[in-house]
Formats: sequence, structure tokens, C-alpha cells
Amino acid sequence: MALSEGSAVEVAAEAPVREAGLWSDAWRQLRRNPMFVGPAAVIVVFTVMAVAPGLFTRADPRACELTNSLLRPRAGHWFGYDLQGCDYYAKVIHGARVSMTIGITTVAGTALVAVVFGTLAGFYGGIVDSLIARLTDVWFALPTFLGAVVMLSVLGGKGLPQLTLVLVVFGWPTMTRLMRSAVLTVRDMEYVTAARALGAGDVRLMWRHILPNALTPVIVYGAIRVGIVIAAEATLSFLGLGLQLPAISWGLMIAGAQSRLLTAPHLLLFPGLFLSLTVLAFVLLGDALRDAFDPRLR
Amino acid sequence: MLSTHGSADPVLSVRDLAVEFPTGDGVVSAVNGIDFDLAAGETLAILGESGSGKSVTAHAVMGLIEPPGRVVAGSVAFGGVDLLAASTEDRRRVRGTGLAMVFQDPLSALNPVWSVGFQIGEMFRVHRGLSRRDARRRAVELLERVRIPAAAQRVGEYPHQFSGGMRQRVMIAMALALDPKVLIADEPTTALDVTVQAQILELLDDLRAETGMGLLLITHDLGVVAETANRVAVMYAGRIVETGHTDAVLAAPAHPYTEGLLASVPRGQSGRDERLRPITGAPPSLARIPPGCPFHPRCLYVIDRCRQERPPLAAVAFRHENRRNPPENLPRSEEPIARATACWRSEEVGRGNG
Repeated sequence: MALSEGSAVEVAAEAPVREAGLWSDAWRQLRRNPMFVGPAAVIVVFTVMAVAPGLFTRADPRACELTNSLLRPRAGHWFGYDLQGCDYYAKVIHGARVSMTIGITTVAGTALVAVVFGTLAGFYGGIVDSLIARLTDVWFALPTFLGAVVMLSVLGGKGLPQLTLVLVVFGWPTMTRLMRSAVLTVRDMEYVTAARALGAGDVRLMWRHILPNALTPVIVYGAIRVGIVIAAEATLSFLGLGLQLPAISWGLMIAGAQSRLLTAPHLLLFPGLFLSLTVLAFVLLGDALRDAFDPRLR
Repeated sequence: MLSTHGSADPVLSVRDLAVEFPTGDGVVSAVNGIDFDLAAGETLAILGESGSGKSVTAHAVMGLIEPPGRVVAGSVAFGGVDLLAASTEDRRRVRGTGLAMVFQDPLSALNPVWSVGFQIGEMFRVHRGLSRRDARRRAVELLERVRIPAAAQRVGEYPHQFSGGMRQRVMIAMALALDPKVLIADEPTTALDVTVQAQILELLDDLRAETGMGLLLITHDLGVVAETANRVAVMYAGRIVETGHTDAVLAAPAHPYTEGLLASVPRGQSGRDERLRPITGAPPSLARIPPGCPFHPRCLYVIDRCRQERPPLAAVAFRHENRRNPPENLPRSEEPIARATACWRSEEVGRGNG
């Protein structure tokens, strides 16, 4: 106890205004949790892969030799070659960019909608709340995949922006409800009343007092959601509704592998492995975050 | 309407305040038409049990009654303006600068994610437009003023790193940041250790004397009242049943409820055979307040009239010999000290005892 107080004083002394407390406690716990450090490391590796694939492979995924078509893994080319004779390792590495981009942008977009709507609904209640609640109800009634299929076929292109849009449009209600219920809990906290009693306006109450205390469920669910979205992109692309060739994505690679499962199993194995690993890492990260932020588990 | 109030020029003047909460069980009348005045530099204690409406009164004065609860009648005059009729924005501006409030449990009344320095500093940044650096400097000054040791080192710490008493000091510092004219303290010592309680009360009293603010002390603790309040208003079932100068009320309670409260508190006088006499029964549900005097089902002196007619708050004669310890820092006035109670028996008390 004496130790932690001492260090808190030091930290406070060097960083004048820090937003921690709850957060720094969670971070202290997370750093020591292998269930957080492991997935976090995997995510860092995949993020670097997405940003700078050149660090992992010098081969150009688009420089292909048809003579190498469907060659099995071998020394120097651990993942083998695909139908067009492209180096499969290079392709799988370059596929990370699509998955990470769509995972993070979609969840960021969803979280933005959810935080704004959820906070307004929870804070103001009444008509605003009823409107937003009915809207999420209606949205839940829409079949997600059918809706996504319809919307993608209506939208002109089938690129990353369209996929992101569709996944945000069909993903916001759950997170909004989560945010709303968190705001409802925090709104009744005495420190919110106290801040109001000392002259804080609505915007300040929401921004300074409610949001930082109501955000953890959305962060936790967001991490899990990244995994779900990455899998959804792969599914849509696999079904031919998402990205189109010659784009490089794990979903497309798995789609290309389906008819050659027996003759060239490596085509399925490697992108499938990377995809599962990424999704798993995000889901485990979400679990670890939930444990760290849940005061009952402290 | 009878004037039950000490000074001529109050900073805060509450009239006929009534607050209701609709529930599934019927309408709960938490506050049923109460009046009080608070002068600058004065401490008025509102004394009552849980459910007597004292906290609701404080919240109503601050404008913090949340729907579905609502203020159904009355006025809260502050600085010549009826706050209940003022716009939301005007009310917000008065909070913090004119009226400020300290809460019962300082741990839950401070935001856990911000350092105390940041939370105090925010008062200056928002209302005074200070820079972060200046706001932090003022926060340290305030922490020193509420006697937090090593304020400059502790300003960056978070509420959970402080002890209960220190947290309440932080809360008081925040409330005092903008030099309010009235400080409402809602059970400020209830969540604290007994030893710390006295320190906090002393601090509040000193700050009141320094700044000349009016202090409205909401409490259920007779000891707190005796120690700090110039005047006291005793609440029962959403009404003020007795009011007057503290020592006068404590020396010779005019209302049977006040009498009962005094008899149920140990005085700790050595050498005396002391028996506590609790008030029988329980406070009424505010959704079903008894007709007549709300205290009549528990009253030792009940007469027929009490069951039918509600007694108004009326002046009581007051014997000056009963003032054993005259309060020192009262606003001096030549008028007889106002003393009132809502009891049909009060006439008798007035005649018989004084």
C-alpha cells in the first residue's frame, strides 16, 4: 500500500493532469495477466503486419509465375503457392491489412454511433430514450446477414468502405444498448448529482463525469466485436458479397481454396489459421479487459 | 403567515416548499409546505429522521429534484430571484457560485476517474476561465484552506487514495471554490468516524465564520446540531414541527417529537441514572401521512384535536432563563427570539413553563 501510494505521488508529480484512477488500476492488473499480454502481443504482431507487410516478406504477392501453380509448401516458400503461382506466404501476410483495417474502422464507427446515441438516450431519458430504444428494436428485427447482402448488392462498389458501412449499419444497436445501460447506472451516481450541484451543465456532465465512467463495457465489447467483424468480412468475401478479386483478403483466399481442399489443403490452412488467430486474440483481449474493469473480480 | 425566522435580511428564503414523488404506491409527499430563512454567517440545522424530508428539502433548494419527483409549490428566493421560477440556465449559474452543496458520502460524491486537483480545478476552469496551471494552483490553495496536509503533493491523487475525513475536506474545498453565499451540507459527517466528525464540523464552522456564508446543515444528529447550529428546524413527515434557537429548543423542547428525540439520545452524564426513552412506533409512510397532526399516533400527549386538525406552526413563549449557554456569534437583534412549534399543546407549554 505504502509502495503504491508512493508511486502514485511520483506519477502525479511528473504528469500534471492525468486521467487515471480506475484506468491505472486496470492497467496495473492487465500488465501481469498472461491472458492479456498474450493476445495483446498477437494483435501487435498483426497490426505491424498490416501496416508494414514488407517487414515480414520481401516477396511481392502480385508477382506470380504460373509454372508455380498450386505448389505445396517448401523450403524458402513455407506456405506454398496458389492457383496463379503467387507466393502464398506473401499473400497471407498482405491479407492482414484488410482484416485489421475493417475490424478497427468498423468498431470505431460503431462505437462512435453507440456512444453518442447511448449517452443521449441514457442521460436524457424520456422521448429521446424512447425514440432510440424503438429504433434499436426495429433494427434487431432486421436479419443482419440478409440485410447486409441486400445492402451490398444495392450499393455500387464492393470495396472496404462499403463493407465497413454495412457492418456499422448492422452492428450499432447492440453496442448502443450496452452504452445506454451503462450511462443509466452512472447517471444516478452521487458524483454526477454533486457535479450538477456545483454548476456543471449537461454537456460537461456527460463528457467529464458520465462518459469516462460508462465506457468500459463498450471497450470490452468493442475488442470482442473486432474479432466478430473480421470474421464477418471474411464470410461476406467468401460468399462473394464482400471484396472482389484481385483484392487480397483472407476471406477471398479461403473462398478460392474451397474447391481444392483435397488437392491443395495449404490454401485453406494458412489464411484460416491467421484469421482464427486474429479473431481469437481480440476475443481473449476483450475477456481480459472485462475481468480487469469489473470491480467485483478485484 | 408567521415569521419564524431570526434575521431581517436573509440570503436564502424558502416559502411553502412542497415536493412530491409519484410512485406505484401513490403520491409520496416528501416535503409539505415548509418555510425557513437563512442569514449570512448563520448556521441553520434541519434536523429529522430518515424519511422526514430533510434531504429532499436540500435537493429542492439546489434544484436537484429528478423527475418523476417534482416541486409542486413554493418559492426559493436567493439574491432577490425565485430560483423555482428561474430558467434552467440561470439556475445552473447559481449553483456553485451562489449555492453549493456538500454530500453525505464523499467517496461516492467524488468522481473516481479524475484526480482531486483536476476536479477542484475544473470549478475554476469552467466558471472562471482559468488555465490548467492556474486552476491547479488554486486547487492546492483550497486544499490547504480545508487543512489537508501536504496539499501540494496530494493534489494529483485520486479520491480512493484519501481517507474518509480527507475526502469530505476535498468535497468541501470543491464546494467552496467559487465562494458561494450559501453552503448546504447534507449529512456531512454521517459517513465518517466520530473523531473525524468533530473535525469536519469545526472546519465547516470556521469556514462559515471566515467567509460569512450561510450554512444550511441537514442532519439527524442532535449532537451535530448542539455543536454547530445557531438555529434549528425540526422536521417530521415533511413538515417543520419546531423551530427556534438551538439552545432554546434543546433546553426546552416545545414539540413532543423534539422532546422524544432528546429523550432518546444518551447524554453521557456521569453519576446520573439515565434511561433512554425511545419514541414508540415508526415514522409514517409519506404516501399515507396521518390526518391531523402527523405525529399524533406516536405522541404521548395526544388529545382529540390532534387527530382531526393539523396544527399550524405558531409562536411559543420562550423563557430566557432556559438559555444556559447563550450563543456568541448570533446576528444581534433586539427582537425576542422567534420560536415556533406546530403542536396544539404548545399553548399549554407556553403557559405552564414559560
